[in-house]
Amino acid sequence: MSSAPDDQPIIEFQKARYQLPTGRILLQEVTFAVPRGETLVLLGRSGAGKTTALKLINRLLEPSAGKVCVEGRSTLDWDPIALRRRIGYVIQESGLFPHYTVGQNVSLVPRLEGWAAERIEGRVRELFALVGLDPDEFLARYPHELSGGQRQRVGVARALAADPPILLMDEPLGALDPLTRGDVRREFHDLQKRLRKTVVIVTHDISEALLLGTRIGLMEAGELRGIYSPKEFLSATEPLAAAYTAQLRVLEEAREQK
Amino acid sequence: MKLLAFLSQHGDEILQATLEHVWLVALTMLLAIAIGVPLGILVARRPWLSKPILGTANVAETIPSLALFGFLLPVPWLGNRADRVAIAALTLYALLPIIRNTATGIAGVDRAVREAARGMGMTEQQILFHVELPLSLSTIIAGIRVATILTIGIATIAAAVGTGGLGEFIFRGLAMVNNPLILAGAIPAAALALMADFGLSLLERRLRPAR
Repeated sequence: MSSAPDDQPIIEFQKARYQLPTGRILLQEVTFAVPRGETLVLLGRSGAGKTTALKLINRLLEPSAGKVCVEGRSTLDWDPIALRRRIGYVIQESGLFPHYTVGQNVSLVPRLEGWAAERIEGRVRELFALVGLDPDEFLARYPHELSGGQRQRVGVARALAADPPILLMDEPLGALDPLTRGDVRREFHDLQKRLRKTVVIVTHDISEALLLGTRIGLMEAGELRGIYSPKEFLSATEPLAAAYTAQLRVLEEAREQK
Repeated sequence: MKLLAFLSQHGDEILQATLEHVWLVALTMLLAIAIGVPLGILVARRPWLSKPILGTANVAETIPSLALFGFLLPVPWLGNRADRVAIAALTLYALLPIIRNTATGIAGVDRAVREAARGMGMTEQQILFHVELPLSLSTIIAGIRVATILTIGIATIAAAVGTGGLGEFIFRGLAMVNNPLILAGAIPAAALALMADFGLSLLERRLRPAR
């Protein structure tokens, strides 16, 4: 691995643009950097370009113009497989393989990487414990035998399996009911404090953004409208940011009325 | 009664013909799977190939079987032996359901699952063998089941070019206006088809991914 200095951003967008073959632009020229250990939340409506930005990082998409760098290297210069093995990827509905037990789901990347059997076994148990699932109870179950929240935890465990420095999460809590969401969110928050990964999360949920993000990137119509710390975001004058915080205020007022 | 007497008298012959029939069908299916599944994968991967490939297979399906056996007879190498002609023609018929179901099965794999696989850094080949094929296996088996039943039926007609098999009895029975003789070919053929149907649908259900 190239010995990238620690102060170099681990992910960097340089005027990155993404355009469909039809000419529709999903992401305008976007420039931002994510320092190591940060949790960046990309907040915005559906169609704002958040998921597109996320997929540019692990090269599920390639920029039409500009550059996206990971660990100082353009994603186009990476071998896509090697790049993706260094980046955990959690998607909505978890995308678990239904024909594998959850244990096999989690151990897949280490197996592909050719780890020794005992090492895989130990790692899988460690990961299940980490995401709050009892390995003895869950390892042999199939995804359809789990609740949505449990599946999502397995999705996170799978993404962390080979200990990647970067974690990408696309609406990871989108498919969960509000109560489960709260649980998983809190646990993820604790988890992140322990693991110190660089995380990029995509969401349309302002409370999720505020709770999980060390910074919040506000996206709209394929553009990045600004990056804020949670504190800055609450007092931002950007109309869209204000619209989101207004949402929070409505919730608060409803609570006070009760 | 006449039938029973006939069957007991010609038991060995019927068994022999049934084995020939099974051999013909088995060889055909092996060939059809070996060609059809890769073509189905190709169709799923390159949608623009779907029209030419499925179209050709479709046209092959519409040629009357007796005519197809006839067409293939003058073809060099193939036409030298009756069983080659029969297997080539039968394979053509068996291809369509296998190609179509393979393509449908792979295209039907949950997008989220495929995307997760790509995002995890699986190569295209790993995705195919570890994810797409296992998840579409029951659909592919369903295609193989349809193709097998089809082949067992059409293989009786292959007797017209002299391949043997259960069709022999049927053709002879037709020529001699002898019903027991026709049934001696038709009943085992029907039984074979039912058994194949039963066995393969069992397999299909076992392999269907749980949801």
